[in-house]
Amino acid sequence: MKPGSVAIVGAAETTELGVIPHLSQIGLHADAALNALKDCGLTPKDIDGVACAGESPTNVAHYLGITPTWVDGTAVGGCSFMLHVRHAAAAINEGLCTTVLITHGQSGRSRVGAGRWGVSPDSLQGQFETPYGPSGPPSMFTIPVLRYMKEYGLTHEQLAMVAVVQREWAAKNPRAMMKDPITVEDVLNSRMIAYPFHLLECCLVTDGGGALVLTSADRAKDFPTKPVYIIGTGESVETPMVSQMEDFTTSKAFRVSGKKAFEEAGITHDDVDHLMIYDAFAHLPIFGLEDLGFVGRGEAAQFIWEGNTRPGGKLPLNTNGGGLSYTHTGMYGMFALQESVRQLRGTAPAQVPDVKISVCHGVGGMFAASGTIIMSNERP
Amino acid sequence: MAETRKPLPKATPETQEFWDGTRAGELRIQRCLDPQCRHVYFPPRPFCPKCASPDVEWFRASGRATLYSYVINHRPAPGFEEDAPYAIAVVQLEEGPRMMTNLVDVEQTPEALQLDMPLEVTFEKVNDEISLPKFRPAGGAR
Repeated sequence: MKPGSVAIVGAAETTELGVIPHLSQIGLHADAALNALKDCGLTPKDIDGVACAGESPTNVAHYLGITPTWVDGTAVGGCSFMLHVRHAAAAINEGLCTTVLITHGQSGRSRVGAGRWGVSPDSLQGQFETPYGPSGPPSMFTIPVLRYMKEYGLTHEQLAMVAVVQREWAAKNPRAMMKDPITVEDVLNSRMIAYPFHLLECCLVTDGGGALVLTSADRAKDFPTKPVYIIGTGESVETPMVSQMEDFTTSKAFRVSGKKAFEEAGITHDDVDHLMIYDAFAHLPIFGLEDLGFVGRGEAAQFIWEGNTRPGGKLPLNTNGGGLSYTHTGMYGMFALQESVRQLRGTAPAQVPDVKISVCHGVGGMFAASGTIIMSNERP
Repeated sequence: MAETRKPLPKATPETQEFWDGTRAGELRIQRCLDPQCRHVYFPPRPFCPKCASPDVEWFRASGRATLYSYVINHRPAPGFEEDAPYAIAVVQLEEGPRMMTNLVDVEQTPEALQLDMPLEVTFEKVNDEISLPKFRPAGGAR
């Protein structure tokens, strides 16, 4: 896409976050959508493009009373919303629609109207992974890490530190689910989930949602909100089976998506003021920092250990507290995008001073997919 | 009986040969016959994932492998309650491909499970249709 040609003008999360038993999944989509429309002074009648994952865009459009000329139901897991932003920017530039609503809602904790989750026994996963006893992402997404530890000397303490630093950010955020400070010792003493991962190195399970409204940069100046321009985008997929990743110490989808986004934005890593890396588990920021090129291979854990990503550090990372401490409904990517928008608008609870460029990087499935969105509050 | 609650694979036409093999006590995988490629691959499909050639064949793998990575799962999947905690491993076959499996005849502890340790395939008969390939330390039980 042409950098800066499309902007996010509306952004909001669900009114409540965490435990919301009185709303179903579609209800969470709608709550977030109406909040985002209110944020930018629009109504559903102004929307002509709809994108979402979890629900089909048909459901969301009909529920909200929208008659779209463009829809996108790309569903590649938690980074689907990064892909929606990228696809929406292309659609707006191509004239397929003018004003896109991207929604996320998930009753991950209360499971109201959430549908069923399962692997078909004749799928490749059902034949070649499920029979060996994985019980969801905590015992699958984590499998590469012992290999990473052996290759690069990552220690259990360094892995635990990722959770400790993110809790420091969460402590500044009233909407974060977990705010009490924790130590490396606390993390290592928490219940073992799937060795080498302890409870505090795994994401939360919550209810919630979020929505974004995008339009052309030329129109964006007419909105009441400060525009957040899309300046670089990337996406890729690698494999639906974590066992079939090419290399357990690096994600090909991360590398391809990140490189594309940086090239499109025409920026260097030194230009980045704020970073979000989808953290379903504590190793994700480590893989993300390396695969996006912020540090060399094997260097990310020490980079975090030394305090570079904590409040006051030179590369503020996951400033809402992340999936580990803020919220994680199942597909967290929308919440990472929301925090990038808040930081660029200057409205984040843990606001970083003078943010001009934010990189927001998502994962889908278990290293299955990736999407990267680079945003700026200055039009290039 | 707990065993029957475990999720079992269901073969498709493209994977039937693999499951016929495990039932016969053989680990059958595929290789590309294009002389420029010769790629050995898994999971099964009727063409080479590297060069797209349909000229591929099944062959019996040696069954020798090394331990590439694993977790020790403390939250058992339905049907696995009596096994917990148990390792879910990815092994690297001598021929190149990797596959997910369980490790048997060895303690399910970080001390006993060292990355790159040599392993050999063994087959666990679940019922008349399905035998699952599992791996144990090379040279028999420890």
